[in-house]
Amino acid sequence: MDLTLSDRHRALQAEVRCFIARHGHLSPPVGGGGGRVRPDRRALDWQARLIEAGYAARFVPRAYGGHGAAPDVLEAAIIAEEFTRAGVSPGIQGQGIRMLVPTLLEVGSEEQRRRWIPPTIRGEVIWCQGYSEPEAGSDLASLRTRADVVDGRFVINGQKIWTSSAHFADMMFLLCRTEPDRPRHEGLSYLLVPMDAPGIEVRPLPTMTGHATFNEVFLTDVRVPLDAVVLGRGKGWQVANVTLRHERLLLGDAAKLAHRLHRLRGLLERTRVDGVPLIRMPHWRERLMRLQGEVLAMKCHQMRLLSEAARGQDSGLGLLVVKYAGTVLAWRLTALAVDALGDAGLPYEPHDDVAEDDEPTTWYADHMYDLGLIIGGGSSNIQKNIIAERGLGMPREPRPQGGA
Amino acid sequence: MEFGPDENQRLFDAALRGFLADRVTVDSRRAAAETGGDAALWRGLCGLGLAGLLVPEEHGGTGLGVFDAALAAEALGHAAAPTPFLGTAVLAPLALRLLGAKAQRDAWLPRLAGGEIRVAAAFGALAGTTGRCALRLEHGRLSGEVAGALEAAEATHALVALPREGMALVALDAAGVTVRPRRSVDRLRPLADLSFAAVPVEVLAGGDAGRVLDAGRVVLAAETLGAAQAMLGKAVAYAGERRQFGRAIGSFQAVKHACAEMAAALEPCRAFVWYAAHAQDRAEEEPEARMLAAHAKAHLDEVGREVARGATEVHGGMGFTELLGLPFWFKRILANRQLLGGPERCREEAAIAQGIAAA
Ligand SMILES: Cc1cc2nc3c(=O)[nH]c(=O)nc-3n(C[C@H](O)[C@H](O)[C@H](O)COP(=O)(O)OP(=O)(O)OC[C@H]3O[C@@H](n4cnc5c(N)ncnc54)[C@H](O)[C@@H]3O)c2cc1C
Repeated sequence: MDLTLSDRHRALQAEVRCFIARHGHLSPPVGGGGGRVRPDRRALDWQARLIEAGYAARFVPRAYGGHGAAPDVLEAAIIAEEFTRAGVSPGIQGQGIRMLVPTLLEVGSEEQRRRWIPPTIRGEVIWCQGYSEPEAGSDLASLRTRADVVDGRFVINGQKIWTSSAHFADMMFLLCRTEPDRPRHEGLSYLLVPMDAPGIEVRPLPTMTGHATFNEVFLTDVRVPLDAVVLGRGKGWQVANVTLRHERLLLGDAAKLAHRLHRLRGLLERTRVDGVPLIRMPHWRERLMRLQGEVLAMKCHQMRLLSEAARGQDSGLGLLVVKYAGTVLAWRLTALAVDALGDAGLPYEPHDDVAEDDEPTTWYADHMYDLGLIIGGGSSNIQKNIIAERGLGMPREPRPQGGA
Repeated sequence: MEFGPDENQRLFDAALRGFLADRVTVDSRRAAAETGGDAALWRGLCGLGLAGLLVPEEHGGTGLGVFDAALAAEALGHAAAPTPFLGTAVLAPLALRLLGAKAQRDAWLPRLAGGEIRVAAAFGALAGTTGRCALRLEHGRLSGEVAGALEAAEATHALVALPREGMALVALDAAGVTVRPRRSVDRLRPLADLSFAAVPVEVLAGGDAGRVLDAGRVVLAAETLGAAQAMLGKAVAYAGERRQFGRAIGSFQAVKHACAEMAAALEPCRAFVWYAAHAQDRAEEEPEARMLAAHAKAHLDEVGREVARGATEVHGGMGFTELLGLPFWFKRILANRQLLGGPERCREEAAIAQGIAAA
């Protein structure tokens, strides 16, 4: 175990603190339904400032508009820690930045990387994920939206559902069937589709949070060029799984949990019943401490995973537990928050297009959205299948009969 | 920068686990449960350097840290090994290193490293206890009684936390000492109630005794981690072999999901224990060391108990019997939870360490 801060790391820590002291007041508000709204001017400016300073897109190569630093776990941990401590936004965390960019870095063509990564990390191009369909949720490989090649272009027809951010996204990474005669996992392709292409219709779906955070997307004769495919025809399942791997790490992100815990402690310090702050009452404190122990475990676990990744080591089971463990813990953190808010926390006034301006609404929206994240990105049951089968090597589920 | 054991530590871990796999068997555990210990096993482990792990090189040890001790404890927990490791190889040398005067270190540390003495630990005055703990130190003589000293079978000495501050090392064969052995739920870690009638003791009073406790908590957390990993591994293996309704029970989703839940809770604990142990080794400059130790103990107590239950359940009736020896791990996990402060106390101490609760 070697976590001693080298001079370079100490300097980085001082530099981050100084940056936050100087510019922290420019940060957009933290929290609130992750990626629910299109980043506003303030968020874009903040993102630009973070990239320039190297606190966002730090390890994305310079050729693609990133900061180009060599991957370093401790650096990432120092930056995350300082931003958490200060309650300052760590930058834009959408599906483009956290899922598509790493996917393109892994399997995208040079042309695709140069074209899409720079505007995506700046927050100028917003992406949505077109996987789920009305008949294909957990059983994603059964999806039916198809793309046929006509006159040297893909022509896409079908319907997607639960598509987060589609109502303001510029682009979609779409999973569709291009080889209907192949076995179901081999017949899929992963296409990059502009949302303003003719034939795309987006209908918002209201959710329990009161925000229209996701949508139905209808695709009718939507045409995209052949080079919109990532990695090649029939390779869609492979690419989608790269994206899903990043999505699951994002959904279980320990930095978010630490942020939550930080806010939660503040809430328990400020909230009083009969004049006594909740944090002074043993039963509330006990709940907070119990959650703190769990968050610490996830934080350490994340450091271990980052360290193993930097060594090129496959963490196996360690990676597979993150989504399930992280999303359930996130929900339990917000559960304590809404309990602490008590009856005075019930007034709920969500806004659709601006960040929440009152604390109870923010916590309730987060709490409900957390439940969505337990379901989305592969539900807890599906995660447990994966942990058991791939992580622990237990017998597999019976495979469905027949093909696509 | 490296998060986790380094190459040397991984090699040592593999050697230790190999040794334990050969030496600790269902039968040897059963024998130890009857007699209260396995002296030959401890001699073998001393041969691997376990007794001197935390003893500085100048005193004949290897001078390693709590991180190494935690790795060893994880392996010992995985093997449900009956050893006096916690008291003799962790608490006693740390108490001497952190609280002892030079003359005391010179006198005692080499004896520990050489495996010459075995030290029981009575920490009730420091860690809190529901049992009896009434001790008085007057003019270097200890009187009174303390219940539940750990690893007392075959112990030659005891390390006793004193009511106000400091600790005392006392020879158990000294005049005025009464040792009343108690068989614990965890037969592999026998206890004893001790009483003293004006017994001369070696008082170690040079520093913060809480740091010895912190390290002990991390080491217990590591041991519970190892034991819980062993139980989960056994559950997964059993679920792959045992057939009901014409298929392996591990192909039933309910069984798989139970195992997945245990793995999801347990896997992050590895890094947590590493980190908390590492913090002990840097306690001088790590303000969170105490908070991390308390949390690691409490968290592993909770996760450990869930795994102990779940893994036993996967074994069905077989898990409830002694036939596979599963209860050795089960009882170790359950008993560890109560040692050196249970999870409620540890969490409260974590709150105090952060200034969230008043001391
Ligand atoms: C907040 C949120 C955001 C989302 N964003 C997107 C997005 O941007 N893009 C996108 O494509 N999709 C998105 N989704 C969709 C999400 O991926 C699906 O909801 C999810 O995969 C589950 O599919 P389903 O809703 O059809 O439920 P179903 O598959 O019908 O599952 C219903 C229940 O059955 C259980 N179940 C199903 N199969 C099994 C099995 N084999 N074993 C055990 N239990 C099983 C599930 O665990 C679940 O509890 C989002 C969902 C949510 C909630």
